[in-house]
Amino acid sequence: MDNIFFSIDTYRKWLEQADKPLKDTVSFLIERLLSIDKSINAFSEVEGEAIVARASVLGKGAKGRALFGVPIATKGNICLKDALTTCSSRILEGFRPPYSATVTEKLMAEGALIFNGANMDEFAFGSSCEGSCTGPTKNPWDRTRIPGGSSGGATAAVAAGEVAAALGSDTGGSIRQPAAMCGVVGFKPTYGRVSRYGLIAFASSLDQIGPITNNVADCAAMLEVIAGYDEKDSTSVNAEVPRYTDSLNQDIKGMKIGIPKEYFIDGINDDVRNCISDAIKVFKKLGAETVDISLPHTKYAVSCYYIIGPAEASSNLARYDGVHYGHRDRNARDLIEMYIGSRNEGFGAEAKRRILLGTYALSSGYYEAFYLKAQKVRTKIADDFKEAFKVCDCILTPTTPTTAFKIGERVEDPLAMYLSDIFTISANLAGLPAVSVPCGFGKGNLPVGLQLMAKPFEEEVLIKSAHAFEQNTEHHKVRACDL
Amino acid sequence: MSTKYETVIGLEVHVQLATKTKAFCACSTKFGARANTQVCPVCLGLPGVLPVFNKKAFEYAIKLAIALGCEIQRVVKFDRKNYYYPDLPKNYQISQFDMPLAYNGKITVEEDASGASRSIGVTRAHLEEDAGKLIHDARLPFSYIDLNRTGTPLLEIVSEPEIRSPDEAHKYLTVLKQIIEYLEISDCNMEEGSLRCDANVSIREKGARKLGSKVEIKNLNSFKAVRDALRFEEIRQEEVLEDGEIISQETRLWDENKNVTISMRAKEAAHDYRYFPEPDLVPFEVKEEEVEIIRDTMPELPAEKIKRFETEYKLGHKDVEVLVSRKDIADLFEEVEKNVKKAQIAANWIKGEVMKHLKEKSTDVKGLNLDPVNLSKIIQMVEDGTISGLSAKEVLAVCLETGDDPDDIVKKKGFKQVSDEGELESSIENVIKKNQKSVNDYKNGKTNALGFLVGQVMKETKGKANPKLAGEMLRKKIT
Repeated sequence: MDNIFFSIDTYRKWLEQADKPLKDTVSFLIERLLSIDKSINAFSEVEGEAIVARASVLGKGAKGRALFGVPIATKGNICLKDALTTCSSRILEGFRPPYSATVTEKLMAEGALIFNGANMDEFAFGSSCEGSCTGPTKNPWDRTRIPGGSSGGATAAVAAGEVAAALGSDTGGSIRQPAAMCGVVGFKPTYGRVSRYGLIAFASSLDQIGPITNNVADCAAMLEVIAGYDEKDSTSVNAEVPRYTDSLNQDIKGMKIGIPKEYFIDGINDDVRNCISDAIKVFKKLGAETVDISLPHTKYAVSCYYIIGPAEASSNLARYDGVHYGHRDRNARDLIEMYIGSRNEGFGAEAKRRILLGTYALSSGYYEAFYLKAQKVRTKIADDFKEAFKVCDCILTPTTPTTAFKIGERVEDPLAMYLSDIFTISANLAGLPAVSVPCGFGKGNLPVGLQLMAKPFEEEVLIKSAHAFEQNTEHHKVRACDL
Repeated sequence: MSTKYETVIGLEVHVQLATKTKAFCACSTKFGARANTQVCPVCLGLPGVLPVFNKKAFEYAIKLAIALGCEIQRVVKFDRKNYYYPDLPKNYQISQFDMPLAYNGKITVEEDASGASRSIGVTRAHLEEDAGKLIHDARLPFSYIDLNRTGTPLLEIVSEPEIRSPDEAHKYLTVLKQIIEYLEISDCNMEEGSLRCDANVSIREKGARKLGSKVEIKNLNSFKAVRDALRFEEIRQEEVLEDGEIISQETRLWDENKNVTISMRAKEAAHDYRYFPEPDLVPFEVKEEEVEIIRDTMPELPAEKIKRFETEYKLGHKDVEVLVSRKDIADLFEEVEKNVKKAQIAANWIKGEVMKHLKEKSTDVKGLNLDPVNLSKIIQMVEDGTISGLSAKEVLAVCLETGDDPDDIVKKKGFKQVSDEGELESSIENVIKKNQKSVNDYKNGKTNALGFLVGQVMKETKGKANPKLAGEMLRKKIT
């Protein structure tokens, strides 16, 4: 099948040349997506009629807009008015929000076609997309492997050429980790840069929506659309949004890139290690300098994250009780039975595990030892970065310690699963912007990603350095859908 | 209550702030709308929505903090209080835990006869959101939920356990309510639930340092209920102790019909609400200038007003207490006094007739549609003898009814007093003729017989006679 989504630009040219009514294009795109998705399962349900209907109301002026007619997948935790938004959880079966997320509205205002409800680990709890109540999504590079997670469906949809780009959410790496494993670009903006309104919360202080794209230019264009203050989200920051596309094609000569020793540990597989050291050479060739830095509290990041994340999640998910909407245990005889039955049937294993963990961490007598201590560690981790950014402009690390693993491989071992986010978690704890860009292939032709992190609200630094790297390497030109 | 024990009371008051919109969304807070018509995704707690704090609620809370002499937190931080209940759609309440907006205040209540006053400490006042309401119908196997109230801003005001009697608790609440009404930050309507109170009460032997086991009383729907329930409870607890038994720490419900408290639930290990900072709301700094701006808009509070009325208008304490009991009444008094220049007379009219009308219609001055100018006119007409006091009351009633100008009412109804001797002559003659016994009584020194005779003249003239003139004429004729 033709790869019409090499970039948003090439797709738009294709669209222009085809010169068909938008309605026909939309039907074509839906057909095309469904056909590819048979072997990927990036979507459990595509509400085609609704997509056609939304396209038909795009205003006359829409044609000139930045994303006119561009199909964009949104993760199943990003609300779209009247459309199924279930977080791949049984407990939200049939839930159709009466509102859209701010990011979705912004995309639609630019003329985008929203393919909502991309598959994910239930409530974004997971790193493999196996935690979906509708079954796992497959990695387009090797369908026996996981695409990463939790934004696995959205990412696989981009990598498989089902859509031009996607929006995911990243709480501990859920955009960057699958982007690395699927060979695409995944960007987590600074906490507060993008409105969370309409993003079904996992951990409110860590969650951030970001783009998943085929290349850095698309990423900059998407970010430009979705970033900015939103009065509906008190945690969004009221600061001017730069034109991210202006940071493309910039010279990175003299840029200082920090290499933290704590990120080059024994657990990294050789494929990843080799790709990263090749990448560092590319940066040097482009005139960037590398600086050895230390982020001494890195080793506490995973534990810290698995206290704060679940603590917030346990409270955020308390509302799913069968009373007001979503799944209800119909056999319950009283209120308590209804609570217990609905939640027991509605949540999957990982959700239950995290709710229990979080409830425990907030319980009286444990709060100080767990939650409060984790908050202190979080501050230390953020301080590490502040210190490091005194001597460098951005920090380069592997995105993940390994390439995509086999479906089922880590399902029974939550700790091993948690460790696949070991390099991505710190950026969430510190609220930093971070991006994963393709930097090569390991055994079995499996993609490897490199991660760049920058100071809060310095997304441009990431766009600039990631783009320079991308433009001087060939990895991003090799697509899973071309295999 | 015997003299052996003393009572220790602490009160928790929830006040709904009278903001137009809810604490974290733009829904109306109006009371009495059809169920579930004042809701939106935010107060319904639908997935993905976020709260945005209504700064008006903050402003109102700061007003109370200033009025109670509280210290004000430098940073406003919200926390989540986690518990499951169907009227709480998120299953957590946005509240304030370790950093209440205001703390360390006091409420001054007067002690009985002596006029001395006592300060009751206010531990804290914090902002939180209200829950919805469950509606139960015993005939149905399910309950209804009305979420109109969900998310209404509340201020929870907690007193120190320093209240020593049910009467003092009543006074504390009266003073607190008065202050809140003066600040116009809440309707304080207990029937509509905009002011709610729970009481904690224990007793201990006089002189003991340790507090007794605490009982929490709920379902207190009026200040009277608070006092009655506390009176019942102190006696019940004394009886328990006198029987050599132990008071169990529990929550009890006040049964207004039977006048008893009933055990509701034992207070086992305290509820674990798993408080933690609300991550969806960014803490914000309370700027000193902001507090100063609010301070500048503060009205004169009841305690200051009482003092001023006593010195400025030379009124007795009892009169002043009535006038100051409500801000609208105090304002009315001052307007009228300004016109009639006779403080005591203005006070008497307001305490008497105006209060009567307010009570009858159970409304406020605004609801009574009483223009202070009109009331001043009526009082002046009595003072200059244009109409009798009796007619004046009727003029006021008509004036409230129709809103007409008192002058017109007097003209239309012919209330103008007869102050002309010639016109009264025949009526006086008639009265003397018909009431010889009273005339004789008066002649024999029973001076109050004159009053009766004046009354008869008033009757004869259908209230139109100027009673002062009639009295003088009668005296002259008889003696």
